[in-house]
Amino acid sequence: MKNKLLVLSLGCMITQSVSGQDNSPPNQPYTATLPGTTVSFRMVPIPAGSFNWGSPVSEKGRKDDEGPRQQVQIGAFWMSAHEVTFDEYDVYSDAEKDKTPIPDGMTRPSPPYIDLTLGMGKQGGFPANSMSQYGALSYCRWLYAKTGIFYRLPTEAEWEYACRAGAATTYPFGKDSSSLKQYAWYAGNSGGKYHKVGELQPNAWGLYDMLGNVAEWTLDQYDVHYLEQAPDKDPWKQPTSRTPRSIKGGNYQDDAAQLRSAARLKSDPDWNRRDPQIPKSKWWNADAPFIGFRIIRPVKQPTKEEAGQFFADVLDKYIGSR
Amino acid sequence: MQKKEFHSGRRDFVKQSSLLAGGLLTLPLISQANFFSGANDVIKIAMIGCGGRGTGAAVQALSTKQNVQLVAMADAFADRLNESYENIKGEVGDKPGRLNVKEEHKFVGFDAYLKAIPLADVVILATPPGFRPIHFEEAVKQGKHIFMEKPVATDPAGIRRVLAAAEIAKAKKLNVVVGLQRRYQNSYRELYKRAQDGIIGDITSMNVWWNQGALWVKPRKPEYTEMEYQMRNWYYFNWLCGDHIVEQHIHNIDVGNWFMNDYPVTAVGMGGRQVRTGKEYGEIYDHHAVEYRFANGVAMNSQCRHWKDSASRVDEEITGTKGRIICDRAVIQDHKGKVLYRFDKKQENQPYQSEHDELFDAVAHGVYKYQDAERAAKTTLTAIIGRLATYSGQIIPFDQALKLDLNLQPAAYAFDAKPQLLPDADGNYPVAKPGATRYV
Repeated sequence: MKNKLLVLSLGCMITQSVSGQDNSPPNQPYTATLPGTTVSFRMVPIPAGSFNWGSPVSEKGRKDDEGPRQQVQIGAFWMSAHEVTFDEYDVYSDAEKDKTPIPDGMTRPSPPYIDLTLGMGKQGGFPANSMSQYGALSYCRWLYAKTGIFYRLPTEAEWEYACRAGAATTYPFGKDSSSLKQYAWYAGNSGGKYHKVGELQPNAWGLYDMLGNVAEWTLDQYDVHYLEQAPDKDPWKQPTSRTPRSIKGGNYQDDAAQLRSAARLKSDPDWNRRDPQIPKSKWWNADAPFIGFRIIRPVKQPTKEEAGQFFADVLDKYIGSR
Repeated sequence: MQKKEFHSGRRDFVKQSSLLAGGLLTLPLISQANFFSGANDVIKIAMIGCGGRGTGAAVQALSTKQNVQLVAMADAFADRLNESYENIKGEVGDKPGRLNVKEEHKFVGFDAYLKAIPLADVVILATPPGFRPIHFEEAVKQGKHIFMEKPVATDPAGIRRVLAAAEIAKAKKLNVVVGLQRRYQNSYRELYKRAQDGIIGDITSMNVWWNQGALWVKPRKPEYTEMEYQMRNWYYFNWLCGDHIVEQHIHNIDVGNWFMNDYPVTAVGMGGRQVRTGKEYGEIYDHHAVEYRFANGVAMNSQCRHWKDSASRVDEEITGTKGRIICDRAVIQDHKGKVLYRFDKKQENQPYQSEHDELFDAVAHGVYKYQDAERAAKTTLTAIIGRLATYSGQIIPFDQALKLDLNLQPAAYAFDAKPQLLPDADGNYPVAKPGATRYV
């Protein structure tokens, strides 16, 4: 019953008419400013289309959960050109930076007991890191309440579709990892830390740091067999428990194989094992400095009621998802 | 380090301990009847202080391999105790029998610890640190094994009580583990071992940091007495917290003391309230920078601050004649940058859990192994002299501070009693001012 509802929710987001306040032309990029601030973020259009999801058995470094490879259709959306930065995330988490009140019923992330950037950088364009999936999705809900435009995390399939940007090869730029350093911060060039977003080359659709830098939360529950069962249109593995969730892109500590477009990574409760408090923070992971996120905006926006139901189903039922 | 072991099982161990204690001490052993009296060798636990850390520690204790049960809980606030109980239930619900706290064994109020401690074999002391001396004293008096959180006091009077009780704990052979968890963390233990083996030569200087953003604040409610307000916002009042140089930065200062195998002889420094100036932040500073000096002249430079949107670092670096240890990265380099040793982070443990695994293993097997209280008290005093140095602007000698007549505790512990520090008519608290504030 619940699952049916969730299927409907995502479907609605893609098929219902636009009800947000903004009617940006779907094929144009735009820059939005967080209300009451000078902090902005850029969204780039991702056209509707289909792609081969997963990797061929011949791909070097492939794991079993990446198949069977199958063609799926994906609806149109905008995706943030960059990983969400601390400049953006802190407008949500820091009341002093948010000039407008927190929307009814929402709370801000509590400050972590220890600094979770580990000194890698915060203000001035560094990616927000260490948050739980709950913290990432809560940012989307806050942004929706602030702007009237519905944003969410990408599904695993949407993420991979956008990352490939039409390329069927191992990496968006080809099958050879030797060019990776032009596009991604990973073990080979990161110096063991994340970097400011957007310093390297984007993919063909104008997305920066899809591979490497911080790994990115998706909307999906991680299921090792999901590609065996997924529908061929807008697949989304709905949440059934608070963990594990699906991660894409690899991170600054990873080797090239984990940065392949098809690589699927799963979150791990160990990522918060050193949080000494009980209840453990629902907002942060004490041992996952390598995790971040980016947002998407479906072209076909949900109604207010549908969006409310969506957040109730993905967030309120799985508080502290990670 | 004393490491005498009794292999004859726990009950004999207990008997020997109490015989020893009886011969050495004049303090009455109030709760001998309750000592390991559980059926089937159950180790009974009481938790004193039911906040997030106390709850975490209780869950870790209940997650050890030993036959343990939580039987009593104590907190100043009923709401905190009840939240904690529910959270523990959520965490250990799948381990039958581990949570066994009867309604009548949930104790609320300032004196709750007196009622909870007699019911246990092992006590967890995790209230704000201002209460630690009286709680530790009582637990030792009653012959309990102890896990207590850092810091172990907030003023010199409290340090003296902890040091005195630590002596009695040693005489009674009570295991005492203190939550300075880097001492129980694999990477730090490996780095320490190599430092002892001389990999960096003689230590010439140390740098320690706890630089980060801000913490929580709880709004004042009209129904709060001043005592309740300060208790709810304990972080911002020194009688409870000791300032963040004591409450948090103690971890890094402890690493310096550990690697030096010593304690500093003096502290001098500076600090203030530059960013966090509002009355909701009580009396504590938002930054401290302290130069500690050891007897052999080595300096430990310490920085701690609660400034948001500033460069952050929580770490320690130990520099020697032949190289440098960078603790958080768990790397040792020579002075040209060549890596001499790198800890394999896959071998890292969960130190908060290891503290309890090791303590309860010792208790279950009747082994006397852990006597952390004295060194934790001296490391707490190290952090306290840093605060006294930044508050006063003076050079603070360690030995003199230990004898200092400074007791921040209220005359009575009750919600209608007055703390020593009170706000003015506008709600602002007096703040230490270097040059005007004096301790020595």
